[in-house]
Amino acid sequence: MPDTTSAAEPSLSADTEGEHDDAAGFYTPGEPIADAKAPGGPVADRWATRKFESRLVNPANRRKLSIIIVGTGLAGASAAATLGEAGYRVKSFCYQDSPRRAHSIAAQGGINAAKNYKEDGDSTHRLFYDTVKGGDYRSRESNVYRLAEVSVNIIDQCVAQGVPFAREYGGLLDNRSFGGVQVSRTFYARGQTGQQLLIGAYQALERQVAAGTVSCYTRHEMVELIVVDGEDGPRARGIVARDMVTGEIETHTADVVVLASGGYGNVFYLSTNAMGCNVTATWRAHRKGAYMANPCYTQIHPTCIPVSGSHQSKLTLMSESLRNDGRIWVPKSKADCEKDPREIPEEARDYYLERIYPSFGNLVPRDIASRAAKNVCDEGRGVGPEVDGVRRGVYLDFTAAIERMGKDGIEEKYDNLFDMYERITGENPYEMPMRIYPAVHYVMGGLWVDYDLQASIPGLFVTGEANFSDHGANRLGASALMQGLADGYFVLPHTIRDYLADGPFEPVADDHPAVVEARESVQSRIDHFLNNAGTRSVDSYHRELGNIMWEFCGMERTEDGLKKAIDLIRTLKDDFWRNVKVLGTADSLNQSLEKAGRVADFFELGELMCIDALNRRESCGGHFRGESQTEDGEALRHDDQYAYVAAWEFAGDDQPPVLHKEDLVYTAIEMKQRSYK
Amino acid sequence: MKLTLKIWRQADSSDPGGMHTYELDEVSEDMSFLEMLDVLNEQLIEQGEDPVAFDSDCREGICGMCGLMINGDAHGPEVTTTCQLHMRSFSDGETITIEPWRADAFPVLKDLCVDRSAFDRMIASGGYISVNTGSAPEAHSVPVPRDDALRAFNVATCIGCGACVAACPNGSASLFMGAKITHLGELPQGQPERDSRVVNMVAQHDHEGFGGCTNIGQCTAACPKEIPLDVISQLNKDLRTAMRHGH
Repeated sequence: MPDTTSAAEPSLSADTEGEHDDAAGFYTPGEPIADAKAPGGPVADRWATRKFESRLVNPANRRKLSIIIVGTGLAGASAAATLGEAGYRVKSFCYQDSPRRAHSIAAQGGINAAKNYKEDGDSTHRLFYDTVKGGDYRSRESNVYRLAEVSVNIIDQCVAQGVPFAREYGGLLDNRSFGGVQVSRTFYARGQTGQQLLIGAYQALERQVAAGTVSCYTRHEMVELIVVDGEDGPRARGIVARDMVTGEIETHTADVVVLASGGYGNVFYLSTNAMGCNVTATWRAHRKGAYMANPCYTQIHPTCIPVSGSHQSKLTLMSESLRNDGRIWVPKSKADCEKDPREIPEEARDYYLERIYPSFGNLVPRDIASRAAKNVCDEGRGVGPEVDGVRRGVYLDFTAAIERMGKDGIEEKYDNLFDMYERITGENPYEMPMRIYPAVHYVMGGLWVDYDLQASIPGLFVTGEANFSDHGANRLGASALMQGLADGYFVLPHTIRDYLADGPFEPVADDHPAVVEARESVQSRIDHFLNNAGTRSVDSYHRELGNIMWEFCGMERTEDGLKKAIDLIRTLKDDFWRNVKVLGTADSLNQSLEKAGRVADFFELGELMCIDALNRRESCGGHFRGESQTEDGEALRHDDQYAYVAAWEFAGDDQPPVLHKEDLVYTAIEMKQRSYK
Repeated sequence: MKLTLKIWRQADSSDPGGMHTYELDEVSEDMSFLEMLDVLNEQLIEQGEDPVAFDSDCREGICGMCGLMINGDAHGPEVTTTCQLHMRSFSDGETITIEPWRADAFPVLKDLCVDRSAFDRMIASGGYISVNTGSAPEAHSVPVPRDDALRAFNVATCIGCGACVAACPNGSASLFMGAKITHLGELPQGQPERDSRVVNMVAQHDHEGFGGCTNIGQCTAACPKEIPLDVISQLNKDLRTAMRHGH
């Protein structure tokens, strides 16, 4: 039995008493991960030590070394640009028609950096501290410190590229505070920071394309990882990609492979992710031996525009800054839920956040605000259109703020958000309270990497949202952009250098058994989908899977719910393989075929997410286990049992995954329970 | 609501293509235009007919991937992206014509998907500031007046969707190009390469087969991000200056 047992808080409930392991039978215990390869010594010196230890590759030799990078978001484009300018031969892949469209472009709020331009007490150490605490002490100390350390260089780099950050009248950069942080360290370009940062990285990438160091393969999807067994063990040596226009299955080999392919929030079908975001690149790597770490960690964002009907394809996030002035409420009585909110008198309204959390009120952290909204809707007090029998929405009311600041004041502060809301819902938020509901936004889980961003398969590196390392169980506002660019511009170029110093590796021939096997497995999947005489569309399966995930592995998870979800997923997955209907041909642009492969991988990921959530019988950050809460219903962590990274190894189809634990060790920071009462 | 949809179907770039008519019931006004097409596609799959291929990704108006000619207008009747256009802009019983972007430089790949890689090649020809990673000076070493930064930002919001090209009778990409020239030209960091940038981008623009600008202004009228027409004046001015400097 794995040692995830023993009860820490016997006063909680009978469930937590005695020896138990919720996930017993769903996995096999594996060897612990002893070493994540961070240098020793004081946390502030570790990155400098690693950079010095990392071997050099002379410029003439770099031309002989080749790198494949999958994904062109902040992490992928910045890495491709940097490694290209260093002189390596880089191939960059994206499924969109241009690298500029990666979903990093949609990030609104800003990017953190410990510049301390406001002289308000910020420092590398404080950014490090806030990030580890915000991640509920489930991220790695060494990685997060490094992130805070290089954050200052990111801003310099982006400004030099022409990123038009907000400025003060004197011409210096402006900062704001964000996400409940008490210092002003967030750099921003109105509400479109992600767009401007991505365009900066994209332009740097295109500059290398012109210089001939980077080749871009757009409308190409990675569908398999090529792992070659050599004398010194397996190494990642290439990918199989499908040209999404011609359908051609292409083999690309290189000395090293980098996955910067983003997160997997679309397993929930409805999310704030772009429609094309998928798990296939990382899942294929997982199936080839790369561990998947903490897959159950999902960040739910509280201020999204609610679902309006069963046709809905995606959810749109609205900046959290709205919570600064909007008051959140639902009717006290179910009978009022259908009424025009303007006709519901003050005394019949429940300002539930202000009631439950009087000191933080509407500004409680994301996970708490999200769960509270779910609870009132589950009670039947949600507002807005009824979808599948439930109203899932709460009011975000600006009436008091409009009285206080005037319509002009609100317009100046939130203009484009109000317009965006009206465009999507058809309701004028100056006259009617907005409706909001939580939605899946970002995933903190991803492929396991060591301090060098190398996965458990040598030669495979993973950056940005695709890896797990920096955000713990929760992500603070403005920290994901920071990680993407830190990895791509400043971390990976140093760590990959050390790996490449052993290269160039022997070329891999097209008829190498590993290549042939990878291509054949891709081909057989495609053949199956196109020849399957099924009756149901891919999307209909994806929606149903998403509903299961949202219901049982969403904002709140319980042992019973997760076990039920695993059953439902397995049944639906079997039906998918037997009954899915994909029209068209393999040798053409075929969007149903693209989706079929992605949804097939989402099924397997979804099951692993549930197993991971089942194993982690504690609440932390975006992971709330119903069995682990305080008497007041707040998240309760169990540091004595779960201060580890859960790294899952694929053991084969229909085999339970193997759980490897990496203990989280803090030397520079003390673990504390969060409280917002 | 009930709709009649006339949609351009084209198997690939070598196929001549043609309009097909579909009837669609039970369209809700809360649907986005693309969700309406999703519903049509589910119906087509059920009938065993190849679904309509169209591009979209973020579906929140920022990635620039979507783009359709709707009743002859780029992105349809509202000033927004196709993904942010909702069916409440249409009425029950209406016939809607849906075509791909129209421009020689944007060949059709299938149905409503076109190839816009010419835009990437234009950026590669000079739409950047040359700065190697790690060699950037401290961010505060070069102040940028607030108004300059704001103007640079306002034109940097171009999403590269291609509506300007599709709306232009000449198929010109001058608005797209002018936005980038103006964005980088407004900033001190963009000055060293200012002349070579405009010369190279214009050369690439013409090489790709985009038409010349005759100041018709359809581009700016169709632009979902409201990039102003004067970026084209800025482009022409920068080009004249570069030529005077001997480029």
